[in-house]
Amino acid sequence: MSVSPPDAAAGPSRGRRAASPVRLLAGAVGTVLAASFVIFSSLSVAPGDPVSQILGQKATDAQRAAMRTQLGLDDPLLVRYWHWLTGVVHGDFGTSLTYRQSVSGLLGPRILTTLALVVMSAVIILLVGVALGAFGGTSQRWRPVVNGVVGFGVAIPGFVAASVLISIFAVKLGWFPTYGAGSGFVDRIWHLTLPAVALSLGWTAYVAQMTAAAVKEEASREHVMTATGRGLPRQLVFRRHIMRNASIPVLTASGLTVAGLVAGSVVIESAFAVDGIGSLLIKSVSNKDYSVVTAISLLIVIVFVLVTTVIDFAQAALDPRLRDGGKV
Amino acid sequence: MTSDRLLSIEGLRVDLPSRSGSRERRTVIHDVTLSVDDGESVGLVGESGSGKSMTTKATMRLLPPGAKVSGGLTFRGESVLDYSRKELAAYRSRKVSMIYQDPRAHTNPLLTIGDFLVEGVVATGQMSRADALDQACALLVDVGVTDAERRMLQYPHQLSGGLLQRMMIVMALMPSPELILADEPTTALDVTVQSEVMAILAEQIRERSLGMLFITHDLDLAAAVTDTLAVMYAGVIVERGPSDEVYSKPRHPYTAALLKSRPSAVKVERLETIPGRPISAYEAGPGCVFAARCPFATEECREVRPALRQVGGRSVACHRAEDIASELFEGLSA
Ligand SMILES: Nc1ncnc2c1ncn2[C@@H]1O[C@H](COP(=O)(O)OP(=O)(O)OP(=O)(O)O)[C@@H](O)[C@H]1O
Ligand SMILES: [Mg+2]
Repeated sequence: MSVSPPDAAAGPSRGRRAASPVRLLAGAVGTVLAASFVIFSSLSVAPGDPVSQILGQKATDAQRAAMRTQLGLDDPLLVRYWHWLTGVVHGDFGTSLTYRQSVSGLLGPRILTTLALVVMSAVIILLVGVALGAFGGTSQRWRPVVNGVVGFGVAIPGFVAASVLISIFAVKLGWFPTYGAGSGFVDRIWHLTLPAVALSLGWTAYVAQMTAAAVKEEASREHVMTATGRGLPRQLVFRRHIMRNASIPVLTASGLTVAGLVAGSVVIESAFAVDGIGSLLIKSVSNKDYSVVTAISLLIVIVFVLVTTVIDFAQAALDPRLRDGGKV
Repeated sequence: MTSDRLLSIEGLRVDLPSRSGSRERRTVIHDVTLSVDDGESVGLVGESGSGKSMTTKATMRLLPPGAKVSGGLTFRGESVLDYSRKELAAYRSRKVSMIYQDPRAHTNPLLTIGDFLVEGVVATGQMSRADALDQACALLVDVGVTDAERRMLQYPHQLSGGLLQRMMIVMALMPSPELILADEPTTALDVTVQSEVMAILAEQIRERSLGMLFITHDLDLAAAVTDTLAVMYAGVIVERGPSDEVYSKPRHPYTAALLKSRPSAVKVERLETIPGRPISAYEAGPGCVFAARCPFATEECREVRPALRQVGGRSVACHRAEDIASELFEGLSA
């Protein structure tokens, strides 16, 4: 699973298209369904035998066969997928083989932890990234400094940042705990600060870069000259004619970033021993606990689809040209 | 008295940092001298790249960062180049308005026409939003837009180029300015609506007795709508005088060549093209900027840059203006 930000220079290139709400929603549901089938079928052919995991190596062939039938493993793929899907619709993701517990019960509290981590990171990314980018995009003099900081942020992988942060702020200075997610609101924020910083570093740099590029491009538009030539105050030109227009690409980049955070949390949660979705995924993969892996993968897909759908709606809300059936 | 002039530009010179990013600068305007009086329409004519747009940008102080400007640029006797930030904002928002060539590129696609029209006067505290909306509606009717209220709620991409340029005209008139700078206001439009939009603009200017600096490369159009003509070549004004005289009796070889090379609506004949290619200001040698393409050029023309001087009731920058006068007329009437 990729955890690094996409190549910033390439940027997200989203074609203009008509944003009819019905079509957007239908597309989103269709994508999730298709993805769920791909996930389910690819994990059903993955190596590892759930039967021997449950019964151990010493079970007889008869016992094995009985267990296979009980788990429905001998049914055709489509039948198994259907069973699983109807279960998912009713909130039943199956049972974890390692934890001997329902998958939904396993995910519930961990989703909250990961959500807290992702939200904290997203806040850092948006505040710092957009501010840094807007600054670097407007101020000629500070542009190299901002570029330097951004390059630094892009270059450092999340797990390196994590170990550096732990060794300085947790071990040396002792300001923050080294592991765990904490309990209660304040304690949780305290526990999740370092992980959130480590998780947001690369993405902050990416969003800053995108914002700087968008601001610089929008500032050079002719209609900005019109606004300046009308004697509008500088801050108004910046707000109304530069930032407002730049917010469309910035929003797109930030949205994809937030979706990517869920995937990125896998590495960071393990590094900080935070008991969230990400670390559960890694454990479940190594335990070949496929019902958990399937559920988490589906969850990540749903977050991605949700975020891109929200971006599509937001773009249409910001850009009148997209509301008119996409003609420009 | 020159200080009473609405707009007076004297020996304006503009150097821009070259776009390639190297340190050297390029001269884009060598020597521009012209003036606009109250209620006067002045045409600024020249080929592409001669520096017409740069002249208007310098007048609005909208040149790109790093531009070096010298010479005089005064509005009602006040030096525009020395304006403080506050004075500049007042000048741009109340005294002078600019109409651009490409209305689509020059309007923010995310704002409604109504917001676009009123934002200038509202943000600079000249009118309440309600008053501004009323005035915008009235002006839209003046420029021939019938369903003004509906148009105000639309976005630029929903309007045709001609209609959008009329919105630009309204935008320019909103603060009741004294001077309008119109930079090729019809060039980017569909040919079928060009004359209509031009007529609307000319009518509004005349009705309000506004001063106008009208940029075009169309000599016929300029002669038709302006009182005074200034002809520009490679960043230099080469001839300036009353429009009908300059148009019928050019005294500079470049003006004469422009007149000869334009397509005629009545006669179908081979066009005479001006020999050589137009040069940019930074390519000009020490002598007359037109010397390389001028059939009358002498050694003096190539060595010494001629200054504008009075010849036959107008200003001409040509060493040989008197000698070649008859030849210039001949070529035209033939
Ligand atoms: N940003 C810039 N940096 C450097 N040089 C520039 C820049 N913009 C324009 N120039 C140069 O300045 C010169 C004058 O340009 P200007 O736009 O004033 O011409 P123009 O007379 O308006 O032509 P057109 O009829 O094509 O609009 C040209 O030679 C052009 O190459
Ligand atoms: Mg131009």
